[in-house]
Amino acid sequence: MTSRQRRRAGTGPGLGLGAGTTGIIIVALMAALAVVCALSVLFGSRAVTFDQVVYAFTSSADGTGGTDGIVSEVVRLRVPRTVLGILVGAALAVSGALMQGVMRNPLADPSILGLNSGAAFAVVCAIATIGLSTPAQYMIVALIGGAAAAILVWVLGSIGRTGATPLKFTLAGAVLGSALASLTSAIMLPRADVISTYRFWQVGGISGARFNLMAPVVPMLLIGFILAVFSARQLNMLALGDQMAAGLGVSVTRARAIAWAGAVLLSAGSTALAGPIGFVGLVVPHAARIIVGSDYRRIIGLCMLIGPLLLVASDVIGRVISRPGDVEVGIVTALIGAPVFIALARTGKMTEV
Amino acid sequence: MSVNPSDPATTDRSRHTLRADGVRLSYDRREIIHGLDFDVPAGRIGAIIGANGCGKSTLLKGLARLLKPSDGSVLLDGKAINTMPTRQVATIVGLLPQSPIAPEGITIADLVSRGRHPHQGLVGSWRDEDEQAVAHALAVTGLAELADRPVDEVSGGQRQRAWIALALAQQTDILLLDEPTTYLDIAYQLEVLDLLCELNATEHTTIVMVLHDLNQAIRYTDWILALRDGERVYYGTPREVISEQMVADVFDTEARIVTDPDTGLPLMVPDARHSLARFRK
Repeated sequence: MTSRQRRRAGTGPGLGLGAGTTGIIIVALMAALAVVCALSVLFGSRAVTFDQVVYAFTSSADGTGGTDGIVSEVVRLRVPRTVLGILVGAALAVSGALMQGVMRNPLADPSILGLNSGAAFAVVCAIATIGLSTPAQYMIVALIGGAAAAILVWVLGSIGRTGATPLKFTLAGAVLGSALASLTSAIMLPRADVISTYRFWQVGGISGARFNLMAPVVPMLLIGFILAVFSARQLNMLALGDQMAAGLGVSVTRARAIAWAGAVLLSAGSTALAGPIGFVGLVVPHAARIIVGSDYRRIIGLCMLIGPLLLVASDVIGRVISRPGDVEVGIVTALIGAPVFIALARTGKMTEV
Repeated sequence: MSVNPSDPATTDRSRHTLRADGVRLSYDRREIIHGLDFDVPAGRIGAIIGANGCGKSTLLKGLARLLKPSDGSVLLDGKAINTMPTRQVATIVGLLPQSPIAPEGITIADLVSRGRHPHQGLVGSWRDEDEQAVAHALAVTGLAELADRPVDEVSGGQRQRAWIALALAQQTDILLLDEPTTYLDIAYQLEVLDLLCELNATEHTTIVMVLHDLNQAIRYTDWILALRDGERVYYGTPREVISEQMVADVFDTEARIVTDPDTGLPLMVPDARHSLARFRK
């Protein structure tokens, strides 16, 4: 590989790996994702064989899936669940990368910056006042809550003539997050009925996936992904400091707003679909950075691979460890994410943003 | 490369002019620069000097369009710089801020290649001219051998050279630097200043820098602008500007001006009272 090709592709690998090694890692990750997706369809509290899966697909196409109804039903639940896992995993990971870039803060992620608190607050308010019953209602309320919190964080972080600086932004997110969490508890604690309804949403999971429920949110995620890809180069410039970025012809506030909008669409969308799932948005961008270095074009691309891998794998593990029950994916990502994060930090290769 | 005379980005490099016209600059409501007129001489090296808090860096930010004047305007080729597309300005005016951030783990080559941002399109495809500009910037700054080294593993002088290389890769006609020698030891300070002189001599780049060391300003510039409390108090060649009166007016300090035995230029020597000897008698 000539130096020209290397630079065109972006930055050098963060671990000082050769380009070939990085390529091998990426191919291995892709293979792992394929394997995990296959496991996700095959394994669960009830295992099915590959032939049965094929049969379920072909038979459901012509509407005669009655012969082995349980198997096809299992597959019909697990396929959307796997697709949702891929979507949410990618969305959370990319959202985390965008937020870390916008805030220039390595600890930024959707749960730390008040977005999940906003969604949770809205959900609890809605449960307590109007009562929520269908998944679609949860989705809409969580979406509105998350987006409103994100806009509020942006407004609070932009007050003053210096505009939206990373520090003000992070503080605004942290303050709003804790304020909303307190309010959520205040509303919820006196009401046992609200607590019992809320706690199922709050864990975060993808077990209730249905294609028709996902459909309205998918365009939102798509716009989020497009904004993310579009923002990558601008984030590379913002990483050099606001003044340097401005000197290089970046409209700093606009670049930050676009990346922020992408992050909000992705995280609010995935919270609406699967509840608040922690750690993916925090851990995955750092893992990506270790593999491909500091270029956001590559970090965001790799997040779209590692995020789904982590989420779908966590979901499969959650299904297998407590057969015939399910451990929701939000719990497993935290259980896997925390030690992985500590391990990353201990390698000394975890870089600042 | 074809040259289109009507396109300011491709016209003769020495033709771009930068001028402050009655510029007032403020942070929030506090005015820092109180109506300043001054022409940046094209193809020359100049320094902005003054005491801490006099508005040197603020003026530099104003010249670089990072601060919008509350009154008056900064004119690039006769046009108000804040009304021009910022990316177009970035092909003409480069800025090296006082404390830029190097993302951890980034290699020198990658850092320098980010200077090509204003020249790349929306999709940012990397072209031959981008590659050449980066290779040239690395060669001129003596960093070609270190291109694949992480920025956080090289010496302070090499790091500062990497930032200057980034500015070179940007290929601007005008280069503004905010204290480019701060935090460097004397050898690196001289190295950076020599490099800037070489750049000016070979590429005719117009250079404006904020400098703290008066004697370096004398040695390394064609002109000096001295500010006090946001006003222009002295402006001219080092020989014209430097005097005992000027040091007193600008820095509230008594100094003697002698002749530099090596260059024949003025040399500022702080008054003898400012020494330990005074306390040892």
